[in-house]
Amino acid sequence: MTTQGSAGEDWATYLASRQQAAKDPRLQAFFQAFTARPGMTLEEAPLIALDVETTGLDPRRHSIISIGVVPFDLDRIRFSQRRQWLLKPRFPLESHSVTLHHITHADLAHAPDLDEVLEDLLQAMAGRLPVVHYRSIERRFLESAIRFRLGESLVFPVIDTMALEARFHRQPLSARIRRWLGGGQLSLRLQDCRARYGLPGYSPHHAVIDALATAELLQAQVAARLGRNARVGELWC
Amino acid sequence: MQPEVMEIRQHLSRFAPFDVLSDELLDTVADSVDAAYFKAGSDILTRDAPVTELYYIRSGAVDIFRRSGALHNRLEEGDIFGHFSLLRNHRAHFPAKAMEDTLLYLIPEALFERLCAEDEQFADFVELDQPRLKSVVEKHAGDARMMTTRVRKLITRPPVLVDATLSVQDAAQQITDAHASAALVLAEPDDNPRHTILAEDGQTRRLLGIVTDSDFRRSVVAEGRACDTPIGEIVAEHAFTVQSDEILQDAMLAMLRNNVKHMPVLHRRRPIGILHLSDIVRHQTHTGLYLADRIFSQPNAEALAKLLPDVRESFVRMVEEGANAEMMGAALSTIGRSFTRRLLELAEAELGPPPVPYAFMALGSMARNEQTIVTDQDNALVLDDDFDPTQHDDYFLALARRVSDGLAACGYTYCTGGIMATNPRWRQPLATWKKYFQDWLDNPTPERLLHSSIFFDLDAVCGEDAFVAQLQDLIASGAPRSPRFLAAMARNASNRTPPLGFFRNFVMEKDGKKNNTINVKRRGTAPMVDLIRVHALACGSTAQNSYDRLNDIAQTDLLPSGVSERIRYALEFISMVRIRHQAIALQRDQPPGNSVQPENISSAERHNLKDAFQLLSDAQKFLQFRYPIPAGRR
Repeated sequence: MTTQGSAGEDWATYLASRQQAAKDPRLQAFFQAFTARPGMTLEEAPLIALDVETTGLDPRRHSIISIGVVPFDLDRIRFSQRRQWLLKPRFPLESHSVTLHHITHADLAHAPDLDEVLEDLLQAMAGRLPVVHYRSIERRFLESAIRFRLGESLVFPVIDTMALEARFHRQPLSARIRRWLGGGQLSLRLQDCRARYGLPGYSPHHAVIDALATAELLQAQVAARLGRNARVGELWC
Repeated sequence: MQPEVMEIRQHLSRFAPFDVLSDELLDTVADSVDAAYFKAGSDILTRDAPVTELYYIRSGAVDIFRRSGALHNRLEEGDIFGHFSLLRNHRAHFPAKAMEDTLLYLIPEALFERLCAEDEQFADFVELDQPRLKSVVEKHAGDARMMTTRVRKLITRPPVLVDATLSVQDAAQQITDAHASAALVLAEPDDNPRHTILAEDGQTRRLLGIVTDSDFRRSVVAEGRACDTPIGEIVAEHAFTVQSDEILQDAMLAMLRNNVKHMPVLHRRRPIGILHLSDIVRHQTHTGLYLADRIFSQPNAEALAKLLPDVRESFVRMVEEGANAEMMGAALSTIGRSFTRRLLELAEAELGPPPVPYAFMALGSMARNEQTIVTDQDNALVLDDDFDPTQHDDYFLALARRVSDGLAACGYTYCTGGIMATNPRWRQPLATWKKYFQDWLDNPTPERLLHSSIFFDLDAVCGEDAFVAQLQDLIASGAPRSPRFLAAMARNASNRTPPLGFFRNFVMEKDGKKNNTINVKRRGTAPMVDLIRVHALACGSTAQNSYDRLNDIAQTDLLPSGVSERIRYALEFISMVRIRHQAIALQRDQPPGNSVQPENISSAERHNLKDAFQLLSDAQKFLQFRYPIPAGRR
């Protein structure tokens, strides 16, 4: 995607075009409900934390096995309104990923295909700006899975708590030299980012718990760094 | 349950009051939480903000402030807040602020209400502090030894078994030979398995009933029956039996219900003894009496001192068996008084009879019947008014020394303030003692009374009880009429204040300071006793024991309704914490003391202690308000 990492106005243009061009009615509805605008403050923006658990890192060989979402805003994380879907993988499970996700073959044997839950998923996300930790996974896997099934793409702007964290810790030259000389590197893993804000450790790899963890992290980043009036257009990517 | 909420459920399940919830309710809570993050220093609830949920601290720390801005409480991981407002007007009574970066879980009000309705312990926890303390104290009382001791513990010997065909005379002979007072009467088995037992020889018999001494009076002698009447004719059939592993409490209730004083005790089908109602009563008071008995049989002071390990052992045993603070205080004071009396007996045996009558007076905790295992001696001598110092004082000094040294050897350390009969000031005739008390009542200032409060807990241990009773009467009639005296006592009763509560492994002080340890006597029981004393003096009570004083106070309108009850529960709770920790120290072969480290206090104990401290603090404030220094008379 050429828009990736570019300024807010590019996303606005992209979204406008997708509202017109999306062919699948579910995607069409999703893009039409996508109300986040670059000029909105974070305080005004309805948000939804999104986490996708996969069997690996390569969308061509690995599959999504669960998706979790937790709607929230800057005051409240609505964990009680969370949704989570287990999905039947497109490619066979590799045994190491089974232990990683606490999900077994039996759990997935009767799980639906992404196509069957897509309407639910997109409705849950409707009108909310997605928040993820490390957008590359969510974006590449969703894009690949949707393109395989519908023949068109599902790409949308997100707030990436990992990218924000990297931005906060953009280091001066001296620090980079120190790092180059063997100092430790700042970890951007979700748990490590959370720990910097006094957030507790959660056991990872439940999609909906990771989504909760991501929502909490964004609230902490806003409280500590960004402020409630930060503009969506400066943050989405 | 959905596996993803395990994360939240597990955390909740570690903390009160969620730790007591059923799995089903706990799942519902975990399923229903929302979350919110607060940076250190940010407001969570401002004053009078609407409160529509229960706040649970998942991580971080939250300060709760009073309206005055003073710190009311510092909460940590696993603590809750907002329940006070949810139960009342849904407005934040006390503002809440994140002390550290804090993650909260929010539990919706509807669910909070459901938890209160469906789980009594949860409701107790979140309701007013005092009912919570009350339920804890009562629960503890329910756990007392009657509830945990099994019947078999009281059985010391096998029952006398007699055949139904035996003559009443032979049966009486067998009972007498066995130094017993009852026997079980057996007959040939019938079809009813309920009464079938296995006798010693392994044969099956039928338990016909129990025959006791009084049956011989009532059914044989009074009715003029012959000595060769078969015993089976006089026994009332249908013996109630009790299994040896049943709880003593249940056995006692069964005896009361069936109006019997003896019950056959069976182990499965084998009779192993007879339980007497009097055994149960004796068991409850056993420890203290047993030791008192031994104390009076010791030949000299050295032998008495050797009983110290026994005293400590019985202290630990009483705690283990679930005695409450009131029982512990009474038992240990009985032991302390017994030591004192025996030492006086021994001293008189050596020094000869006293030249004039005297009363040996206990002061402080012994007078209140509230001694623990860590106690110093506070005592005095009240002598007959015929006392002539030049002639008689040598005798009484020698007497006082023997008692004081003897008590010190038995573990009652010398009073560092010199409040002992060995001090000539506190070895005086009754008239002088009356002057002392009259002077304290007439010319009170907080400074003058600072070290005198101990004299207002006084009781006779030995000798002329009437001397001490006269002093008690003088105080009870004078104190209520002296507002200045009460005000001075009230002022001093507020000198020692409780801490705010606990935070992690620290004791939180009201000024936000943290300490590593807390003296639960100085910061808890002693100020509580002090304030009870002031109210008791104000209402002219002659009771010395704090619980008795509270009963007297409750008869008056000195305190708002229900407050004396709450003070009782708080005193009981703090006292038990102190006693339990002393028992733990003794079990670990460490010297028992009054200091407790927060890390040794369980989470439930912390909550209750905090409530008790809060109540003490409020009661101290009320004391100042109730007994103000009279205007212009300072």
